[in-house]
Amino acid sequence: MGEVIVITSGKGGVGKTTTVSNIGTGLAMLNKKVVLVDTDIGLRNLDIVMGLENRVIFNLVDVIEGTCKINQALIRDKRQENLYLMPAAQSRDKTAVTPEQMKLLCDDLKQEFDYVLMDCPAGIEQGFLNAVAGADRALLVVNPEVSSVRDADHVTGLLQKNGIMNDNVGLIITRYRPEMVKNGDMLSKEDVLDVMGLKLMGIVPEDENIIVSSNNGTPLVGSDCNAGRAYMNICRRIQGEDVPIMEFEKKGFFARLFGKKN
Amino acid sequence: MGFMDLFKKKEVNSGKTAKNRLQLALQADRAGVSPDVMEQMKRDIIAVITKYIDIDTEGLDIKVDHNGLDGQGDGPSIYASIPIRGTKKDE
Repeated sequence: MGEVIVITSGKGGVGKTTTVSNIGTGLAMLNKKVVLVDTDIGLRNLDIVMGLENRVIFNLVDVIEGTCKINQALIRDKRQENLYLMPAAQSRDKTAVTPEQMKLLCDDLKQEFDYVLMDCPAGIEQGFLNAVAGADRALLVVNPEVSSVRDADHVTGLLQKNGIMNDNVGLIITRYRPEMVKNGDMLSKEDVLDVMGLKLMGIVPEDENIIVSSNNGTPLVGSDCNAGRAYMNICRRIQGEDVPIMEFEKKGFFARLFGKKN
Repeated sequence: MGFMDLFKKKEVNSGKTAKNRLQLALQADRAGVSPDVMEQMKRDIIAVITKYIDIDTEGLDIKVDHNGLDGQGDGPSIYASIPIRGTKKDE
């Protein structure tokens, strides 16, 4: 029996979809059978970030409404053969499905897959309730920035109301800029953890490669860059491995090049 | 070409890729059907119809229109214009 994990944040634009695509791909690389469910009905995006936008035939709403079988709406990933995507409907809205229906869907998917990752829409309305309904645990994506942390903290309360207690919530800090933290101009990971009181599942530094990877529709997890390594570490932690939190290169580019100590 | 140009060029490439992918995706979103699905559908329609009727596959035109029949409909419709050469019975 698999596990359903919702990836949520409250605030939009913090990196939920990027995180889902990379964690899904990473877990599949670790030989797990994974399905990604885009629950952002009306604003689907996970398909294009994964490079699968041309393969969409059926979607989540078709499955819920019984227009097609679950398997017909699962798109197999281009690279990982044990990774699948169930895309969101584009021409409908969040009211097309209910939390009860989503829970039943999650229960079905859990039978087939090791991990069911729910990509939650921004906001805390019905789309959020749909995404969390069948989840066993949550990954909360947060930027080291006041509005994001505040919204994420509010979401922890809503997760509890929906039966996901803090023990089952892991924090992922994205868009982290070690240089700014070093200069005292950005919330540090310790600051965020102090304020939020959750367990840390990983830190993903701001990395231009993330934009290039979504341009190309190719997740970067496991590749030779900071964000790629950070996402792979998160995948290992999700599996229960004890992987230390990555320390980012503190030296600047030129300092490394010329061997200066700093 | 300098060392840094290597990186610049790479970025431009992925930006171009992004634009091309977006143009296709937006077109598909507006029509409600992705290009691959459209192609598959055309092939299937041709396969079914040629079982019964001899059609001119070159002159075949299948498209999704947003405004429905004669611009009066409520929502996208699929139009198929399929020139007939003759029925299979004629042969």
